[in-house]
Amino acid sequence: MSETSAGVTEAPQERGGAGREATGATIRLESLTKRYPGSADPAVDSVNMEINAGELVVLVGPSGCGKSTTLKMINRLIEPTGGRIRIGGEDVTHMDPVKLRRKIGYAIQSSGLFPHMTVAQNIGLVPKMVGWSKVRVAERIEEMLDLVGLDAGEFHGRYPRQLSGGQQQRVGVARALAADPPVLLMDEPFGAVDPITRDHLQDELIRLQHELHKTIVFVTHDFDEAIKLGDRIAVLREQSHIAQFDTPEAILTNPADDFVSGFVGAGAALKRLNLTRVRDVEITDYPTVTVDDPLQEIFNKIRASGTNEILLLDRRGRPYKWLRRGDLMRARGSLARAGTLVNDTVTRDATLRDALEAVLTDNAGRVVVTGRRGEYTGVVDMETLMNSVQEMLEADRLDAMEHQHELEEARSEQTRHEQEGREGAAGAAGGGEAKA
Amino acid sequence: MNFWEYLGSRHQQLLADAFQHASAVFQCMVVATVAGVVIGVVTYRSDWAGNLATITTATLLTIPSLAMIGLLIPVVGLGVPPTVIALTLYGLLPIVRNSIVGLRGVDPSLVDAATGIGMSRLARLVRVELPLAWPPILTGIRVSTQMLMGIAAIAAYASGPGLGNEIFRGIASLGSKNALNQVLAGTLGIIVLALLFDAAYVLIGRLTIPRGIRV
Repeated sequence: MSETSAGVTEAPQERGGAGREATGATIRLESLTKRYPGSADPAVDSVNMEINAGELVVLVGPSGCGKSTTLKMINRLIEPTGGRIRIGGEDVTHMDPVKLRRKIGYAIQSSGLFPHMTVAQNIGLVPKMVGWSKVRVAERIEEMLDLVGLDAGEFHGRYPRQLSGGQQQRVGVARALAADPPVLLMDEPFGAVDPITRDHLQDELIRLQHELHKTIVFVTHDFDEAIKLGDRIAVLREQSHIAQFDTPEAILTNPADDFVSGFVGAGAALKRLNLTRVRDVEITDYPTVTVDDPLQEIFNKIRASGTNEILLLDRRGRPYKWLRRGDLMRARGSLARAGTLVNDTVTRDATLRDALEAVLTDNAGRVVVTGRRGEYTGVVDMETLMNSVQEMLEADRLDAMEHQHELEEARSEQTRHEQEGREGAAGAAGGGEAKA
Repeated sequence: MNFWEYLGSRHQQLLADAFQHASAVFQCMVVATVAGVVIGVVTYRSDWAGNLATITTATLLTIPSLAMIGLLIPVVGLGVPPTVIALTLYGLLPIVRNSIVGLRGVDPSLVDAATGIGMSRLARLVRVELPLAWPPILTGIRVSTQMLMGIAAIAAYASGPGLGNEIFRGIASLGSKNALNQVLAGTLGIIVLALLFDAAYVLIGRLTIPRGIRV
């Protein structure tokens, strides 16, 4: 709540948490370090990171890069050997870890549900530990099951082994959120489920986050998952060095270095298409007629249109057939027999990738865009798609450059602040020993 | 006198012996269980402590029971004390070993999860680790009990309680007309007791192993 250094934090968050009412808390890692005895190099080397309230940040990197260690230092499952953790402005580096963890939700791979407890007992654990009344805990269990889309009556008394992998994972998330913690840590939570279920669970998490606005730190090694979920993504290299910490768009279009672009992998432009919706690009209008129009008028319109082609709508305004000049002649004026059926459409909410797929498979290279009830709203063709992608990438590039600039400014300002602060507190210093 | 007549005429004495036998084994098992689980809980986290506990209890078990009781008599005297001490020591090994194996066998990700959601060490042990390790611990207790049933018979050597007295009396008067009956009655009595105890453990398992982890 009481974020003190608002001036520094605001710049990078516009896309992430802006305009939402966050129930989460900010997390701030200050030169967080983990050194294991007996190894020369630290496992995690001086991570500095600022996570805004209500933001979903994904830590992504190759295995062994320390992303999991970094996450586990936030709830001090692994004790840091140096640096500080602040949650909601409060320094939690030295508070009682048990109390700290009760305020931080924790979801792990393969759900971590206790097999000897029922679903309800699993979910009720944390609320009970923090001293909620029985009635309140019972209500909360129902509420949480409902939230993750499981029928309370059916699943309440089941044991984890009686659930599918996806259902277990949902219960795991419900348990993590049960005591309403402001912060949620997720350690490759969807790593062990099949791709289809994973996709569902990801959508579900996006929906949950839309409702709850927690601060979520999510660890994965799957870059596509990171792009799908993250408001911002931190790409980590070995020892948890941050290679790039930015929005998915910026990372895709402007990877900071070879490591990041290697990690983004081939097809960055294709992945970028996933982040833009059809409604964000220019939709061209096509000449249309409806099935109730008189034939003569349809003829005239086809002739008048420069495209040689016209879209026939049904009585409810939904796309029905493509009519070319000559089609009607060949069908001897029968609308029922003329033209080719429209067999693929995309909605305005579809991603550009879906649109591209439809355009590629269409024999004339265009796809009809429909509104909520399936009514015609426009057409997207290859040309507009290519143009918008070009524009989009160009805009991203400019954004990223500007953003980089802002970050650098913010960083230099922060260093200046820190130096001033250090001078001020130099006399009373006592907590800095760990660094020596 | 055939065996049945013998049983009929001595049933009171036999029942008293059987009861004392069962009671001695039961009480020693309670002590051995508590001590064994505590030893397991204290040592399972460290490699060397766990191994030390297992090896020590295993060594105890290799001492012949007659020798063990013989060694205890000069120290604690005759009667109940050497019996209880010997039985408890013999009962430890399966329980200690199964406690350690059971506690170490708990899925580390569950321990991680328990810690991660804010359970204290004690809560984690009582609510997660021990319940999950309970089936192997219970198996250890069962094995121990079976073993003690037999070993308790030797206690009669130190004037201890139980069905061993029947057997020793029979052996001492070999050749007399009731010798075989006495040995037979003592032995069969121990087998019946062992089966009854085992049935009780099946029931205890049903009642105490949570449904979610029952096989």
